[in-house]
Amino acid sequence: MDTSNQDILLMKGNEAIAHAAIRCGCDGYFGYPITPQSEILETLAAEKPWETTGMVVLQAESEVASINMLYGGGGSGKRVMTSSSSPGIALMQEGITYLAGAEIPALIVNVQRGGPGLGTIQPSQGDYFQATRGGGNGDYQVIVLAPSSVQEMADFVDLAFGLAFRYRNPAMILSDGVIGQMMEKVVLPPFKPRRTEEQIRQECPWAAIGRTADRKPNILTSLELRPEAMERHNIELQAKYRQIEQTEVRLEEVQTADAEYLIVAFGSAARIALKAIDMLRAEGIRAGLLRPITLWPFPTERIAQLAGQVRGILSFEINAGQMVQDIRLAVEGRTPVAHYGKMGGIVPTPDELVQALKQKLAK
Amino acid sequence: MSKEEIIQPQNLVYQKPRLMNDNPMHYCPGCSHGVVHKLVAEVIDEMGMTDHTVGISPVGCAVFAYNYLDIDWQEAAHGRAPALATAIKRLWPDRLVFTYQGDGDLACIGTAETIHALNRGEHITIIFINNAIYGMTGGQMAPTTLMGQKTSTCPYGRQADLHGFPLHITDIAATLEGTCYVTRQSVHTVAAIRKAKAAIRKAFENSMAGKGSNLVEIVSTCSSGWKLTPAEANQWMAEHMFPYYPLGDLKDI
Repeated sequence: MDTSNQDILLMKGNEAIAHAAIRCGCDGYFGYPITPQSEILETLAAEKPWETTGMVVLQAESEVASINMLYGGGGSGKRVMTSSSSPGIALMQEGITYLAGAEIPALIVNVQRGGPGLGTIQPSQGDYFQATRGGGNGDYQVIVLAPSSVQEMADFVDLAFGLAFRYRNPAMILSDGVIGQMMEKVVLPPFKPRRTEEQIRQECPWAAIGRTADRKPNILTSLELRPEAMERHNIELQAKYRQIEQTEVRLEEVQTADAEYLIVAFGSAARIALKAIDMLRAEGIRAGLLRPITLWPFPTERIAQLAGQVRGILSFEINAGQMVQDIRLAVEGRTPVAHYGKMGGIVPTPDELVQALKQKLAK
Repeated sequence: MSKEEIIQPQNLVYQKPRLMNDNPMHYCPGCSHGVVHKLVAEVIDEMGMTDHTVGISPVGCAVFAYNYLDIDWQEAAHGRAPALATAIKRLWPDRLVFTYQGDGDLACIGTAETIHALNRGEHITIIFINNAIYGMTGGQMAPTTLMGQKTSTCPYGRQADLHGFPLHITDIAATLEGTCYVTRQSVHTVAAIRKAKAAIRKAFENSMAGKGSNLVEIVSTCSSGWKLTPAEANQWMAEHMFPYYPLGDLKDI
């Protein structure tokens, strides 16, 4: 399709990710089909960006291979991405911890479905822990962005690449089957050319692309057998994570100024919460929404502030209650914190959320 | 003639490859890795590809290959080297991209990545060190362990009913449409070393010519894992490994 102008288009969230990748200078996509995100690879295959921007698109033999292709491609300084859904992301965890350990930038898109195990192909937010706690072995963090619209699916591709390269760290777009599959209006990001070799050399002097005579070999590894050196590496990683926590928190607030009850919700759940807030206010209950856009770094500080203002906080997630733990850590007991959510691929209605808030907090 | 008179450039018959540094190797005496490292270093230098080469080291003894050859390296997760190489070569088509993997890495945990990278015809070279044992972790059974061979995890010898059969992965590779050059070499004699070097050179040249994927198996010794002296290990390899893994080209198109 012709996406060269700034027209308002109608498309699925998954399609928007694919078009955004082509337009924001992505060098390579490596992925494996899984519902509900296969439109990303299908759209890229149909668009044939290798004939226009030179972007590589490869269907790998597995999610394990995909993430390790990112490890190689990112290690060579290229903007590389993959996408999958929950069980596939579980398979990628080994590669993600290697990316973090070797400090290699890459973008992973998770269009979540319900679990555990093979679970269901219906939407879920059950991978919050997997995304924000690392998921693989060792002490590390992945930068996690949670889009709540098709527009944000498109916008967050370039944002995530920017963060990944700024901090030499894997970044994840944590979406779900609702945002991935629904069609919505979107303005695609402006076209940005892929970087030249010279630009990559400048931005990524660490990249393994062939040792020139003027420098030592670039060696990308997560292995270090000397305990003191390994501790030093870990301390440096932790310092980087603290810096990201201080500078990269992103969130959106809706009607929090006078809120007596706060709903915290991300992604598709935040859209449901928006409607629920209006319904609650119509009943005279002043509710507000805090939508974390970055799930890691988590908006701990702002939630702690609001804890002193509101009479209760409801964590609304399409899971059994995962983000609620981060909210409780932020609140430190200053105000009641409850969770409401559904599992199994069931997306709660605004009505159900209204009832839950009234039952759990506004008694 | 004095020593100084003899040590002159015109009398040079052998020198350490320029790409090999002075880091002391962690490999055991009698291990084939050192010789193969040297050959890889020589071929890259002779091809003038130093500034255009990316090596992928595996998990296993050769995990530290990056400590000895002064080229750019990435160290892969266990078995995943061909996936890294696939991406790097596709993103940087003018680079010489090779992996260096052992039998456990390539023929066991990384079987899928190996087969699929080769079958896609990625323009890469896989150097495959087959010593029929897991060396780094202390001599456990490998996919290529011979029938009857004793290892720490088959201490009474490999038996078909308990452990299955040795995997002829190089023979499988030769049947794949994506491979252009599949060969099995060794480095136990000077003549074998020369042949192995020529094979590595051909594989690297094929990679750069875009002819397809290349697999160079080196049937290798692991004297520590086999609990033999270096000399005995070479002899054991010739007597027991070569009949099962015969040397020579399996495919050359």
